[in-house]
Amino acid sequence: MTQQAEPAVTSPPAPGPSKESDGRTQQRPLALRLLARPEVGVFLGAVAVLIFFLITAPAVRDGSSMANILYQSSTIGIMALPVALLMIGGEFDLSSGVAVITSALTASMTAYQLSMNVWVGVIVALIVSLAIGLFNGWLLVKTGLPSFLVTLGTFLILQGVNLAVTKLITDNVATDDISNMDGFDQAKAVFASSFDVGGVQVKVTVVWWLAFAALATWVLLRTKYGNWIFAVGGNQGSARAVGVPVTFTKISLFMLVGFGAWFVGMHQLFSFNTVQSGEGVGQELIYIAAAVIGGCLLTGGAGSAIGPVFGAFMFGMVQQGIVYAGWNPDWFKAFLGVMLLGAVLINLWVQRTATRR
Amino acid sequence: MDRYYPRSRKLAPMVAMAAAAALTLAGCSSSSGGKQAEEGGENASAGKANTPRMTVALVTHQSAGDTFWDIVRKGAEAAAAKDNVKLIYSNDPNAGNQANLVQNAIDQKVDGIAITLAKPDAMKDVVSKAKAKGIPVVGLNSGVSEWQKLGLMEFFGQDETVAGEALGKRLNEAGAKKAVCVIQEQGNIGLEQRCAGVKKTFEGDVENLNVNGTDMPSVKSTITAKLKTDSDIDYVVALGAPYALTAAQSVDEAGSKAKVATFDLNNQLTGAIKKGDIEFAVDQQPYLQGYLAIDSLWLYKNNGNYMGGGEAPVLTGPAFVDKTNVETIDKFAAKGTR
Repeated sequence: MTQQAEPAVTSPPAPGPSKESDGRTQQRPLALRLLARPEVGVFLGAVAVLIFFLITAPAVRDGSSMANILYQSSTIGIMALPVALLMIGGEFDLSSGVAVITSALTASMTAYQLSMNVWVGVIVALIVSLAIGLFNGWLLVKTGLPSFLVTLGTFLILQGVNLAVTKLITDNVATDDISNMDGFDQAKAVFASSFDVGGVQVKVTVVWWLAFAALATWVLLRTKYGNWIFAVGGNQGSARAVGVPVTFTKISLFMLVGFGAWFVGMHQLFSFNTVQSGEGVGQELIYIAAAVIGGCLLTGGAGSAIGPVFGAFMFGMVQQGIVYAGWNPDWFKAFLGVMLLGAVLINLWVQRTATRR
Repeated sequence: MDRYYPRSRKLAPMVAMAAAAALTLAGCSSSSGGKQAEEGGENASAGKANTPRMTVALVTHQSAGDTFWDIVRKGAEAAAAKDNVKLIYSNDPNAGNQANLVQNAIDQKVDGIAITLAKPDAMKDVVSKAKAKGIPVVGLNSGVSEWQKLGLMEFFGQDETVAGEALGKRLNEAGAKKAVCVIQEQGNIGLEQRCAGVKKTFEGDVENLNVNGTDMPSVKSTITAKLKTDSDIDYVVALGAPYALTAAQSVDEAGSKAKVATFDLNNQLTGAIKKGDIEFAVDQQPYLQGYLAIDSLWLYKNNGNYMGGGEAPVLTGPAFVDKTNVETIDKFAAKGTR
């Protein structure tokens, strides 16, 4: 089971269950200790939302509906993971939503304009996406500016570049259809296929999402790099003082977000064949929201990789659940907001109750 | 400040390796599709007028990266090239900003202004300012019920409600019983009017569905969700070409029997109509809207004409595109002008 790792540098000695305890270091009951973990609150919130929709929207009980909800959650969740790691590391990235589209546009236009195998486009897009992350991280570390400013800048740059370059190259504001090009079917199999589980079509992105989450959890809790992430997010100065490579950690976290943007961008490209250059705006807030709901602090230093999985699931569940429940569509966004706030409050209440006493 | 970059030196060889890999892959070019397979086509061109050069501003409420508005702009550019007009294009989805852009055009002392009236009230002041300076103003695309009140000279576009009604009638002919109208931008008046028009004439049931238009995976799963909750739905009505193509995927995924109809065209959509993935599209001919708006200002300046006589709008739609006529339209759509 995962837990919130303490920042390596600032962690106090663990209150071990010593026999001659004077009461101050006494172990609290297991249930309370469990509830104090950041992902348990969101887990309960997600379960509450799930039960709510299972009751109010009978269609949700169907297996294929659940597959659809999981698909929606996975496209948010794959990005929410690196975004969450970055937040644990004390920074956030406003450019992540449009960066997804930048990656998809790059892959599509490279392959199409040069009439290359689509894998060439996929690799060029990966390089571009990592370079965007590198640029974000490098500028942040180099200048010491807050990540809000740096990534707001890249957000605007990418938004403009997406549109202008696409228009310049294709003479349209959307890319051309690449579905009949060499390598498309293989790439689709990797990024956008689906498979059958007991008669239900499950999207491959769901598998990738859970695999990435498992990997991120392992990295965060069992590796030196994971400790570095908590350390730079908790207290950058003392982290540096004890020899944590702060610069490397921050830049690599931004590049990880670039990797996520590439992956989701490829999914969009290979499931829809073309990309409109104006998409993606506003998605960055959804990724950040999924991470925050998942227990990552906006101030850094705390959080988990499994929390954002439930955060993204909650988003997907609410967004699709409203449709399954057949509620008046005019209220769609309001419903979404109310459900999310409710879930966050449950999350908060659980944690407060658990850590009091 | 710390200047310690232990890993960045390792990055350079990595980038070099990736680049090398890309170059190796470059050996395998695609044998199908791609730019090489694209057929060339000339733009509509009819020589060039020898009238004195004039300047016209086109100010729309386009949001960035929308295929529809790109076609409007191409029409305007074609007319400008033919009429020896210098075209100044600007756009902003925020009504206040759009009004500022019109003010900007007035300050530049242009010879004519073409605007969209997505939010007519916000444009009232600048339109009267332009008129006070003697600059003719025409409207296009949205505002078919408002252009006269604001004192615009002419209007080119489609009545969204009328277009919706035409689509509703078409659904009746197709024997549809239950339709869902997919709105990709919650609160957009034009989109709401289209769905309302469908509701007016369609004899079966129609329900609206809001989706998040900036996130395609979300559009796809939301439509899939809707189709799964209600297997009686036999028509999905999309309000834009990219959303129609996604809706067709949703129908597939939900295992639904529903057919897809849409408003507006683009070059992928004509292919989908040919293949039968999409039944038909209501085309409001955005190219024509852009073209006529600029051409009309040229005509007014050089010959004093105004189309519609200042009384009636010039309707550019609804024109239906389906299997019967898609062949002729397809080659224009491929160039991104239809």
